[in-house]
This record gives sequence, structure tokens and C-alpha cells, in this order.
Amino acid sequence: MKLDLLTGLFVFMLAAFIGFEVIRRVSPLLHTPLMSLTNALDAIAVVGAIILAGEGKTTLATILGTIAIVAATSNIVGGFIITDRMLKMFKSSRPAGKQ
Amino acid sequence: MTTGMTVLIEFLYLAASALFILSLRWMSSPKSARHGVWAGEIGMALAIAGTLLHRTPEGGALHYQYILIGLAAGCIIGVPLGRVAMTAVPQRTALSHAFGAFCVTAVGIAHYYSQVGEHIGKFEMGVLCAEVILGSLTFTGSLMAAGKLQEVLPQRPITYRGANLVNLSLLAASVAVAIYLILNPGQTSLFPVIVAVPLVFGILMIIPIGGADMPTVISLLNSYAGLSAAAMGFVLNSKLLIIAGALDGSSGFILSVIMSKAMNRSFTNVLFGAFGQVQASAAPGGEARTARSATPEEAAGILGAASKVVIVPGYGMAVAQAQHKVRELYDSLTRRGVDVKFGIHPVAGRMPGHMNVLLAEADIPYDRLLDLEDINADLPQTDVALIIGANDVTNPAARDDKTSPIYGMPILDVDKARTVMVIKRSMSPGFAGIDNPLYYLDHTLMLFGDAKAFVGDIVRELGHGAH
Repeated sequence: MKLDLLTGLFVFMLAAFIGFEVIRRVSPLLHTPLMSLTNALDAIAVVGAIILAGEGKTTLATILGTIAIVAATSNIVGGFIITDRMLKMFKSSRPAGKQ
Repeated sequence: MTTGMTVLIEFLYLAASALFILSLRWMSSPKSARHGVWAGEIGMALAIAGTLLHRTPEGGALHYQYILIGLAAGCIIGVPLGRVAMTAVPQRTALSHAFGAFCVTAVGIAHYYSQVGEHIGKFEMGVLCAEVILGSLTFTGSLMAAGKLQEVLPQRPITYRGANLVNLSLLAASVAVAIYLILNPGQTSLFPVIVAVPLVFGILMIIPIGGADMPTVISLLNSYAGLSAAAMGFVLNSKLLIIAGALDGSSGFILSVIMSKAMNRSFTNVLFGAFGQVQASAAPGGEARTARSATPEEAAGILGAASKVVIVPGYGMAVAQAQHKVRELYDSLTRRGVDVKFGIHPVAGRMPGHMNVLLAEADIPYDRLLDLEDINADLPQTDVALIIGANDVTNPAARDDKTSPIYGMPILDVDKARTVMVIKRSMSPGFAGIDNPLYYLDHTLMLFGDAKAFVGDIVRELGHGAH
């Protein structure tokens, strides 16, 4: 258990640094779609909810797990749809194919 | 569970983690950004597929009926939420922060009550408390923010004496109960406290927030949502969740820092939720100052004769739904050979990047949208700066007047353009209640009226001139 915790902290530290470096490079143009995309990715919490609802240890766990799946799935679906819709609108004035 | 299956699931999670990082990496440029969405979608599909392969501790398959009901209902709710109008994106974003936080909190509560009979370690209880506290306050806080943005709730900040004291005591109380629970995880009767108190805290935290502070608040709630998901990753020992939560948390954190810098608020000020204080407005100058106004015809004449024009949009443009008329103006001027650019302040609008999305929706090419530093280098060589529905972000007092409440906030130097034109309903001050000396400059023309109608009139006048 102790080792798991340490590994988790290492993973968190590394992911936070990667997050900082990657997101610093995102153009301010795309800050709104960035937020809706991270929102969709954050809904990966659905994996926890699926296990909770699927294992069905207690009635409370099943009910809360199922509602949590609904909330997370709607973020995944809605988040990806709206991010893609927004990104489709960003067009350059230069002809396509040229830099 | 067989080891082979466990390894397969872990590999699927590993691939999903890599795809999530790539997804954000591709967001760096509008050219590759859509690949980012696809990478995210594939990653998400792999992660969900892997999770469905999980076995119960007894070795049986998961009960799929509840999972399928949840997934199906989520799709039914999610599709319309993905299809809202672009003007509703800020409230949709706030609402999805609330959904995310709800999911995390619900899982945390269920985890506690199903594990409490067995042993819960101190560290596990600690991260569980962090997950539930952050999740609860983000849930109600985001609902409040969404309500304000949707204008179901009053947009004006509501302040009362001792608000910070009340908020800090609520926070302190939940932390104290959390510490007690970490030492005595068996005290089930106390657990509801660390759900309920942060729920109230989330509401009180957003009550004093006005519309202009929304970009900072939404970013901060985004960060909280990410951190609560990362805490959930520690509780469930899921590295995938820790990674996704850390990515989301750092994204929200970076955006909060950018927004707070753009409003000249210190970061501690933002972290402790002490934003949104409306300072008493400075007493207006004694001498009567006069502003010059102009008609659409005069404005069209000046714009048509210019060679470089910079348009500065603000929340007023979004409220008036003027972005499509602005696009017509852009086309009309570009056809005449006028160089038209847009100056976008980081906090223009109600969330980070709000103006860019609205202008992109109106088909204005993104390479014409410049941020603060780039456009400020251009403004001294600009013939006309046209301000549509923006106020405080153009206030020269923030640069020149040390007594101004917004002194130090980086602004767009529109006053350096040869002519400044401001489309505004009336002379009333902006959100912060601060007078804008820009309107009384000798080279400023006030264009009084509704942004959409006025821009439409200018476009029509420009059309007449061409024939």
C-alpha cells in the first residue's frame, strides 16, 4: 500500500509538470475549446463510477455510481461535441495547404 | 481476476494516458487542434472499454445493466449540451464543471460508506476528504456560476459585511472535521459534514462574484474539478485518473494565473476567493468634461478612409449578438483594402478565449485575432481603434492614474491610435463602476447606440460610399 501511494505521488508530480509545459504552449485563441476539452478528459472519473455501479457492493453505491456515470458521460459526450464544433470554426485567412 | 486481464486493462489505461497528453499537446495550434479531440475520444473509448473488462472482487463480471443505463442516459443529456449556441458556452462550461464535480463527490461518498466497515488508512482517508471537499464546493460553486451566466440568478455581485470571515470559517470547519476523520475514519456520523459544509461554502464563494470576474472564477473551478478528480485517483489507486486530474488541474491553474494577471489581481487574492470586491468608485473629476459623439455616416467616412483599423470587442458585443455584423464590417473594410485586425484582451467576455470563439463562429479568420502584447505593438501605427462593448480593458487610467482602483491592470492601448471610436449605449461606467477618461479624449468619438444596430448602420453607409 505504501509503495502504491508513493508511485501515485510520482505520477501526479510528473503529470502536473507535463500539464504545465503542454498547456503553456496552447494559443490564447483556443482557451475556450481547451477548457471544454480538459473538461471532457476530466470526466475519465467515469471509470471509478463504472466500477462502483458495476460491483454493486451496496445499494447506495449502485445508485450513486449510476448517477455518477450519467453525469460523467454527459460531460464526455457534450465536451467532445462542443470542442469539435468550436475548433471547426477556426479558419485561417491564408489558403489551405500553405503555411 | 486473471493476471492477463489485469495487464491488458492496465495497458489500455496506459494508452489512454498517452492519448490524453497528446490531445492537449495538439491544442497548441488551431491547425492540429481537431486531432487533439480525436486523440481524446480514442483515449476515452479505450479507457471505458478497459474498465468494462474489470471483474468484481469475487471474480464475476460487472453488473452491466446499471452501467448501460448510466451511459445511455449520459449520452441523452450530453448531446444537447454539446449542441448549445456558442453564446451559451460559458454557462455550459460552468455546468459541466458541476457535473464533473458531482461525479467525483458521489463516487467519494459511496467509496467511504462501502469501505468504512473495513480498514481505511490515514492517507486514503486524507485524499478521500480532499476529493469530497473539493468536489462539493466545486459542484455548488459551478452551479451558481452557471446560474449567474445564464442570468437565472442576479449577475450583480452581492456583498455583505464579514463575508470573507464567514467563508474562511466554513472552510476551516470542514478542514478541521476532515482532520478528525483522518484520525478516526470510523466516525460515520461526521462524514456528511465534509459534504454539506463545502456545499454551502461553494454557494457563498460565488455570491459576491460579478460578471467581469467570471473568467477567473471559471478557470479556478476548472482547476478545483481537476484536483478533486486527481484525489479520486489516489483513493481508487488509478494512475489514469491521477494523470487526467493533474492535467485538468494544471490547465485550470494556468488559465487562472493568466486571468488574474490580466486583471492585476495577486494570485493569493484569487486562491482565497476574495475576488469580486467592488471598490467604491473614485469620485468623478470636478470639471465637466465633454465627449464628442458621431453618427454612423461620419464613422463610416473615417473607417473607409483609414488604412489600418483595430477592432476591440468586449462582452457588450456578445450581449448584443453583434459578431455577425462585425464580420460584415470586416468584409466591407477588407474589400476596400483596409487592414483590419482584432485586439483581444485575455479577460474580454465571460470566460478565457470567449471573444475568439464568437469571432471564429462569425467566420473571421483566426490569424486576424491578436492578443494583448501583439496588438499593443500595432496600436500606435493604427488609424482607427473601434471599441465594441468593451470598457475597463481599454481604460487608460489603469496605466496612468495611480489612484485608479484598476491601476496596474494591463490594458489595450487604444488611446494611442489616431482616432478612437467607442460604440456604447450611454456614458454609464462599466462593471467596475470606474469612469473611463478615454471617452473624453480629443481624438475619441462616441458612437451611441446598440452595438449590432450601429455596426449595421456603418456597414450600410460604407456600402453607399462604394457605389
